[in-house]
Amino acid sequence: MTDTITDTAEIADTSKTRPRTRAVPDEPERLSWDSHARRVVTLYIPLALFVIVLLFPFYWMTITALKPNYEMYDYAKFSPLWVHSPTLANIDKLLFHTNYPRWLLVTMSVAVASTFLSVAASVLAAYAIERLRFKGAQHVGLAIYLAYLVPPTILFIPLATMIFQFGLFNNPISLVLTYPTFLVPFCTWLLIGYFKSIPYELEECALIDGASRLQILRRITLPLAVPGLISAGIFAFTLSWNEFIYALAFIQSTDRKTVPVAILTELVTGDVYQWGSLMAGSLLGSVPVALIYSFFVEYYVSSLTGAVKE
Amino acid sequence: MDATTNAAVRLSIRRPDGWLTRLFDNKAFLVALCLLPTAGLLLIFLTYPLGLGLWLSMTDATIGQAGHFIGLQNFVSLSQDPIFWMSVTNTIMYTVVATIGKFLLGLWLAMLLNNRIPFRAFIRAIVLLPWIVPTVLSAIAWWWIYDPQFSIISYLLVNVLHLRSTYIDFLGTPWNARGSLVVANIWRGIPFVAITLLAGLQTISPTLYEAALLDGASGWQRFRHITVPLLMPILSVALTLSVLFTFSDFQLVYAITRGGPFNTTHLMATLAFQRAIPGSQLGEGAAIAVAMIPFLIVATLLCFFGVGRRKWQQGAGND
Repeated sequence: MTDTITDTAEIADTSKTRPRTRAVPDEPERLSWDSHARRVVTLYIPLALFVIVLLFPFYWMTITALKPNYEMYDYAKFSPLWVHSPTLANIDKLLFHTNYPRWLLVTMSVAVASTFLSVAASVLAAYAIERLRFKGAQHVGLAIYLAYLVPPTILFIPLATMIFQFGLFNNPISLVLTYPTFLVPFCTWLLIGYFKSIPYELEECALIDGASRLQILRRITLPLAVPGLISAGIFAFTLSWNEFIYALAFIQSTDRKTVPVAILTELVTGDVYQWGSLMAGSLLGSVPVALIYSFFVEYYVSSLTGAVKE
Repeated sequence: MDATTNAAVRLSIRRPDGWLTRLFDNKAFLVALCLLPTAGLLLIFLTYPLGLGLWLSMTDATIGQAGHFIGLQNFVSLSQDPIFWMSVTNTIMYTVVATIGKFLLGLWLAMLLNNRIPFRAFIRAIVLLPWIVPTVLSAIAWWWIYDPQFSIISYLLVNVLHLRSTYIDFLGTPWNARGSLVVANIWRGIPFVAITLLAGLQTISPTLYEAALLDGASGWQRFRHITVPLLMPILSVALTLSVLFTFSDFQLVYAITRGGPFNTTHLMATLAFQRAIPGSQLGEGAAIAVAMIPFLIVATLLCFFGVGRRKWQQGAGND
């Protein structure tokens, strides 16, 4: 009986001390001999403020979308920071009385198509630049890097005239063709980094074994670059979901608009803004990317930082 | 040994040694084939429009009309246009103030996140949200936050904290509107800066701080002489990208103010759009867009060479 008591006491004791002793070697902040109170003031309070400020617009968006109109505009009776009688009326109106599902569909198909196009083109380009080791590969890589630095805002006017001449004006295909201008440089850049991390010796072995270049790409390099492909894919998808200026300039008719453009041009009508449905539209438009993001957080972080490092 | 020969035999059997296979083993052909889609897309939809934009800026093209060459007339008339000059100063101020704000706050957040804290991965994930969500959609939320009558910020200041007696007219006067736009832009930019700089911070070896501490360096000295220099490579790249995208920003301003009140918050990009698409003066719009190019080049070179002279010293080792 006493044995077990001392045992558990010992266990409790070691579990208390162990993390402390173990944490010392690889922890820079321990070295400044922080006290607990100081840590709260210099670390937890600022961090909490950051998180609150960064997330507040989403919270505000969500509760506004769920508020009935009489509550939304009456701050005296209802505290605006909370929903007192939540309603789905705004979302219902959006889904069943506007073209919203249609806009979601257009956005989704444009994003998927341009992502596939861009990732396919980028894989080949990155493979050629990083692996085939031809003369001038460095210069081609640099040119693609520079292409990434050209912002869409200086391209949309000439592109609009081109789209018009091609007869693609008001056609979502124009978006599928123009989004790669910013997706391909980014994805290529990202994938070059991934290909770099795959040992070249693997390919040499395959070459010695008599595999052709295409077999190498298909059976060795691509399978090993799958994380890179996922990163490039979700990133391209997010970027095309977020794209605004091309979609605003090239698409005219209501039923072909993408979500961001449609909310701003179709739901904002007259002088009285329907904040409830605007917020519901913004919320629903953010959900697909937020969902993908929640599944692939690590890929986002690694590709974001990887691309900057390259 | 056996396995590799087997694989070789299998591969060589599966491979029909026709001209097609030999063609695909020809390196020059393969390089050309691999680069073709990317080169095609970028040449047609990026390089050509750049040139076309230059040409359009020297014509009087309108929507539906090709226009004639008019030399530098667009630029001459823009140089006498007070709205254009205001858009230039707005863009420069917007870029400078927002970039400083983003990098100071972003660096601070990165240093906070670099501590050992509970739920760090989760906090890092939610902190990145403003950057993931489509800009226009979060801009609409900001628009609602800046509403003159129902602004939640005003409500908190007036009714909860009693710091003011009147609601703030965030978007009604030029300076308020500019400030509000900069705040929204900083809000959106902090996550990108914080997460990239956090990646940089994590590569700095703790032993350096340990050594500095033993030598009696203060917190500021450790920051100034260890953190800053080692962060420079990644900082310069993040800064270049951030400046470039802030300078050419369009979505936020278009969603929140559309250049108003009275064209006082136009950025060059929104003014170009305003003139070219709703105003149908393609030539003039293209001229404004072309006028952005020298600024972009100068900004890029400044960031890249001014800040990041030693860019590759550290960067090359850790990819």
